[in-house]
Amino acid sequence: MSVEVQTGAQPLDASPSGRVIVDRALVARLKLSDVSFRIALTVAPLIYVALIVALFLMLAKGSSEAFAKFGLSFTWNSVWNPVTGQFGGLPFIYGTIVSSFLALLLAAPVGIYAAAYLAEFAPPLLSKTLGFMIELLAAVPSVVYGLWGLFVLAPIIRNYFGPAVQSVLGFLPIFQGPIYGIGMLTAAIILSIMILPTVTAISRDLIQAVPAAQREGSLALGATRWETVQNVLLPYVKTGIFGALVLALGRALGETIAATMVIGNRPHISASLFAPGYTLASVIANEFTEATSSIYTSALIELGFLLFIVSLIVNGVARLMLWTIMRQR
Amino acid sequence: MAEVTASRSVKVRHMMSTLGTAGTAFCAGLASGLLLLLLVYVTIQGIGALNPSFFFDVPKPVGVPGGGVGNGILGSTIMIGIAGLLSAPIGIGCGIYLANFGRGPAAAGVRYLSDVLAGIPSIAIGLFAYTLFVQPFGHFSAFSASVALGILMLPLIVRTTEEAFRAVPSEIREGSLALGLTTFSTTMRVLLPAARPLLATGLILAIARVSGETAPLLFTAFGSQFWETNPFAPMAELSLQVFTYAISPYAEWHRIAWGGALVLIVVVFLLNVAARVVIKPVAKSR
Repeated sequence: MSVEVQTGAQPLDASPSGRVIVDRALVARLKLSDVSFRIALTVAPLIYVALIVALFLMLAKGSSEAFAKFGLSFTWNSVWNPVTGQFGGLPFIYGTIVSSFLALLLAAPVGIYAAAYLAEFAPPLLSKTLGFMIELLAAVPSVVYGLWGLFVLAPIIRNYFGPAVQSVLGFLPIFQGPIYGIGMLTAAIILSIMILPTVTAISRDLIQAVPAAQREGSLALGATRWETVQNVLLPYVKTGIFGALVLALGRALGETIAATMVIGNRPHISASLFAPGYTLASVIANEFTEATSSIYTSALIELGFLLFIVSLIVNGVARLMLWTIMRQR
Repeated sequence: MAEVTASRSVKVRHMMSTLGTAGTAFCAGLASGLLLLLLVYVTIQGIGALNPSFFFDVPKPVGVPGGGVGNGILGSTIMIGIAGLLSAPIGIGCGIYLANFGRGPAAAGVRYLSDVLAGIPSIAIGLFAYTLFVQPFGHFSAFSASVALGILMLPLIVRTTEEAFRAVPSEIREGSLALGLTTFSTTMRVLLPAARPLLATGLILAIARVSGETAPLLFTAFGSQFWETNPFAPMAELSLQVFTYAISPYAEWHRIAWGGALVLIVVVFLLNVAARVVIKPVAKSR
């Protein structure tokens, strides 16, 4: 300011003495605009948070009738018989957990190594193309997966895969019993395809973000590229990949339509993976509109509330893990 | 002798490296191959069902030839439209808030909740919409489905809006503020035009995300056999029709299910590609 005064060029808002003239009314108006804009903008996140809280409260309220009647035994009672008014959630909890973990078991190695290929080995253009294709796998509507699982995968399991496995490993309880085609294993395979993009995309981003010094150090010490991936890069990102797997698990737990179409929908706990099962989400999908009594509806909402709480925890943990890693970078 | 074993072990290690690399390539090929397999299969099965009556007719009873999913396509459009209108203002508002004032713990909390909400099963959101808008009124409605879909769209809109506004170079923001514009004018007149392509991408992806949703519609929109346009009545929806037809025992209905699946997949993929095309000029200009 003082420099300009010396050169004779008077700034418009400066008095001859060099002091700035302030239009207090204007400043007040601008300040008011800023403050009111901020207040107006705060409304949106408030609505958002209120929605999430309401989600919790409404599901809790909807399940209160069933909770009052059955209490905590709801979670370990395995009899589900709407006709006699017996509602136990265990078969659904069991089916959800088994199908989801099996899906994760199948998807994790494929997803992680696919990510390693995209991040480390593939030429850039190929990596981009394959990466886009795998991401599109996440965009395929779940009803399409269900349709494909029902009409393509289930017959393959029933006619070829199942009998072949049974002839070799039939002594294991998990492969015994009749093969219907639809069942726990079919559901797990479909779920694993659906969560594959989550595992791959996050793992790829994590591996790509490993500092070049780690990679170069390993190669300079004489390790092959494969050894670098195995011994340096994957261990470096293991926490993040764990977070990605937990996130993928959350997806599998809540997947509804595809699971409903291929899992067989029988509320029965069976050791065999070929046997039909049932999940929390699919029993809601199947029976909610047919629930005839208020206690039936309430029991189904309680299953939904359970699913909500579990995925809240699973996703909460996964996001925390991924966040801490991103912040370290 | 020692040299021989050393070179042999190097050879083995190189072989392992080649094998391992091939293994990872196989995994990536498997994952992307599954997409092609799915695409080809759905196309082969579905293409035969596509004809004018498929797009412009309502479903017919079993045994009556023809019939289509026209009302479902209309219903999907209406419901997703309302969902977008409901969620865009809240989502974009949230995103702008986070981009502008997103430093304190409150903003971090909103961001965290939003990320967690993205992982909540859609069927739980459907139950919420049911308890909120179906139970009290005593009948199913398209509007309740739109509420569920809108909530499903929110996390994606919030996230992409914040990213879109943050992606605007800070000199532009600072320049605008230095010229004396208020935060409001800066946001609306300077940042918004710059952020618009990314914002559009987010909206398109959010629409793609919900256009294949079936689970929350089962007990909100419920489905309908008619050309229903009243948002406060039960309404047909494409993915819901695919589901109903797929689990029916009739071959004729299975054919329509495959046709519907093909339409769904094409729409979702086009939206995903569109989202990338919109974003491209931005990426180039940087």
